[in-house]
Amino acid sequence: MSAVLEVDRLTKRFGGVAAVDGCSLAVAEGTVTALIGPNGSGKTTLFNLITGYLRADSGSVAFAGKRVRRPEPTALCRRGLTRTFQQARVFGSLTLVQNMVAAVQQPRRSAFRQAVSRADRERAVGLLEEFGLARLAGARADQLSFGQRKLLEFATVLMGRPRLVLLDEPTSGVNPVMVETMERHIRELHGRGLTLLVVEHSMPTVMRLCDPVIVLDHGSKIAEGPPAAVQHDPAVLDAYLGT
Amino acid sequence: MRTVTVPGLARGLGFTALFAAFPFVFTESWVVNIGIFTVMYAALATAWNVLGGFSGYLSLGNAAFFGMGAYGEAILFQHISIGSGYRPFWVLPLIGLGVAVAVLPVAWVAVRTRAATFAIVTISMLFIAQQLAFNLHSLTNGAQGLVMPLPPFPNTTFERPFYLAMVAVLALSVLLSWYVASGRLGLMLFAIRDDEDRARGLGVHTTYAKLFAVAISAGLTAMAGGVWAYYIGFIYPQFAVDPLVTIGAVLMAFLGGRGTIWGPTLGALILVPAQQYLAFSEGASELYLVAYAAIFLGVMLLMPRGILPSIADLVAARRSSNGAHRADGPRAEMPEAVT
Amino acid sequence: MHLVVQAIILGLLTGGVYALMASGLTLAFGVMRVINVAQGAMIVAGAYVSYTLFTDFHIDPFVSIVLMAPAAFAVGVLLQLVFLRPLRSDEREELSLLVTWAIALGIEGVLSVMYTTTYRATLPGYVNDSLTVAGYRIAVVRLVAFGISGVILLLLYLVLHRTRLGRSIRATVQNPTAARLLGVDAERVSAYGFGLSVATATAAGAVFGMVEPFNPGSHYDLISRLLTIVVLGGLGSLTGAVLAALVMGVSEAVLAATISPTWSSLVFFVILIGVLVVRPQGLMGATERGRL
Repeated sequence: MSAVLEVDRLTKRFGGVAAVDGCSLAVAEGTVTALIGPNGSGKTTLFNLITGYLRADSGSVAFAGKRVRRPEPTALCRRGLTRTFQQARVFGSLTLVQNMVAAVQQPRRSAFRQAVSRADRERAVGLLEEFGLARLAGARADQLSFGQRKLLEFATVLMGRPRLVLLDEPTSGVNPVMVETMERHIRELHGRGLTLLVVEHSMPTVMRLCDPVIVLDHGSKIAEGPPAAVQHDPAVLDAYLGT
Repeated sequence: MRTVTVPGLARGLGFTALFAAFPFVFTESWVVNIGIFTVMYAALATAWNVLGGFSGYLSLGNAAFFGMGAYGEAILFQHISIGSGYRPFWVLPLIGLGVAVAVLPVAWVAVRTRAATFAIVTISMLFIAQQLAFNLHSLTNGAQGLVMPLPPFPNTTFERPFYLAMVAVLALSVLLSWYVASGRLGLMLFAIRDDEDRARGLGVHTTYAKLFAVAISAGLTAMAGGVWAYYIGFIYPQFAVDPLVTIGAVLMAFLGGRGTIWGPTLGALILVPAQQYLAFSEGASELYLVAYAAIFLGVMLLMPRGILPSIADLVAARRSSNGAHRADGPRAEMPEAVT
Repeated sequence: MHLVVQAIILGLLTGGVYALMASGLTLAFGVMRVINVAQGAMIVAGAYVSYTLFTDFHIDPFVSIVLMAPAAFAVGVLLQLVFLRPLRSDEREELSLLVTWAIALGIEGVLSVMYTTTYRATLPGYVNDSLTVAGYRIAVVRLVAFGISGVILLLLYLVLHRTRLGRSIRATVQNPTAARLLGVDAERVSAYGFGLSVATATAAGAVFGMVEPFNPGSHYDLISRLLTIVVLGGLGSLTGAVLAALVMGVSEAVLAATISPTWSSLVFFVILIGVLVVRPQGLMGATERGRL
């Protein structure tokens, strides 16, 4: 399987601390790859670097085989790389449908066309139905619960027909029923060919969903492999237990 | 095609008709004069709102566009002598377009910065515009100002053509405002306002959207400036590019409800007559600065969303407390009441 | 060449005063993400108070700084409590701009009523003296102004780096969440930070009043320059503000001497645009957050 995302010796320092330190990893197409590590190991920073929200000090990123010279969120999204945020960010003052349609890739000259075309709306409602949010289609996004926002955020990034989605802690802060729902969606989308890189703290979720698992500590990769193997890797245990 | 709702259309045509009929009903000069400034500020506030209200990027340099429009008119007559009469009105669209295009380079630099820096850059632009007005003697005549040709309108209804021209600019502003809000550009701007970083991550062309909004805002403001120049007759740098014009427009948009279509007009309808009255009765302009400040602070702290959205909230609260438990509200699609 | 060096000297001296004026502005932004557009008006108010103390009570400008500081600090804390704290934090940056602009208008209005629009200047005895060093003339007033600015900036630096309050302020600027977790009371730090920023403003005002004639409307010109300096240096960076102030001061003076005084004030804007094209976050600004 080819690598849809390759990170090569990426480094980012804040003051004297290297949040990401010479990190190299690859995500194979068609997998649900987990990115785990103790707190402060640099996972979210890595996401920010890959998607262009932060500028790396050194190192490079390649997406779909092509090196990305200057990662920039908008351009990357249009190429098929998108992400969610830990805090479940949505466009609060817009309705769910508007939220979804905002993510539809459109050429610049469509700026004066109608905001929500029939085709867009149908696609949006379709996706919302899949995620169980269709009955709230016309409600304002800031009226959603945290779990519903996470679902909306996930649904929204799919509107752009991405190739790789970086999920930042999809099951954190939600009740067990919602965890199950999220996992189901991830599995389903994976089945349809989507590649996912998931930052997760919940080991059970990782064990159930992901293969391979990449472990980060102090900003670089310390282990990689199928979940069972990683679980027993002494280096990984060390990192988490801090001996 | 966009859905033009019947109530929306009725509002648009109705208000335009009301505004247009005003000088035929109230014919005294000083009343129409207040009307001109009210409509002017309504247009300015509506234009400001396209960028400031929809995208959340507070531009504090709109007076620069105003001045550019004013000087544009005057320079066209000074240096190219287009003739007078109604001609100054016909060239307005040209001025609007011209200014909209002219500001693009600087706007491009400005919109790539984040909201706080952007506001500051626009303030700087304002002062630079004023400096240029003072210093480009060959073009603007510096501190001596420029003179517009004398309008040939009869004394009794002198103000009327200017008033109607302003109404035309206001109508255009509201129309464009609605067109943008109901279109994809509006969606992009609202997304930017809510969470720009996320919008970028979803593939929204944020720079492009902001530039468009700046251009529209600038063009409309410039047109209002053009009418003003012809009405006043002579323009000086410190009045054509006056920070208080910006502050006034922003305050009115805030008061009426930024992000709505008619909010800015409402704000102008409330504040301009009040301001004119204050200036008239108190005389000293310094005290009206303090009054402005007090009103502004009051609005910020007590009613930060402005009048129209606050009313909409009250109505929605009333409706839901009456047991009408509908998560998908009927009007939730169009951003009429979105802030 | 002589002209240019003379201009550079003048520029450095002016830049030092600008640096003091801008320091409060960048501090306010760094601590609370508040853009204090009223900084210019507060500087002018400080100039007026210092002027009155000098003209009517014969109190030396340096002494007036010491006298004004506690009152200014208190006023700053009060303003922050009443007008800035109620603003919702997600909109605070933009709204603070409008709120502080309103405050600036209010200050301008009050000053206009109290003092009218006549230009004033604080004119100590040595106002017309000048030194000649290595063939270059240096106005004593400007040297004194530069000196005082330097001293106060140094004091500010010491407060920020050697006191508990200063450490709390710096921590809040760099990482408010972490600071809060470490027990820093963000609200109190914001209030004191703003108080400090107003105190530096009035001190800067006293200095400003010595080197330039001023009236209530002067705050517009001032704030536009200060904002440019702070953006250039990177919002929230004190070192950046000082550097930017010196760069701007020198550029303006050199341009005024070599090309023309009327166009020299545009140099601020040109440099700003130039830098923003390449670095939208300013010279020292981080894209994430400023560093004091």
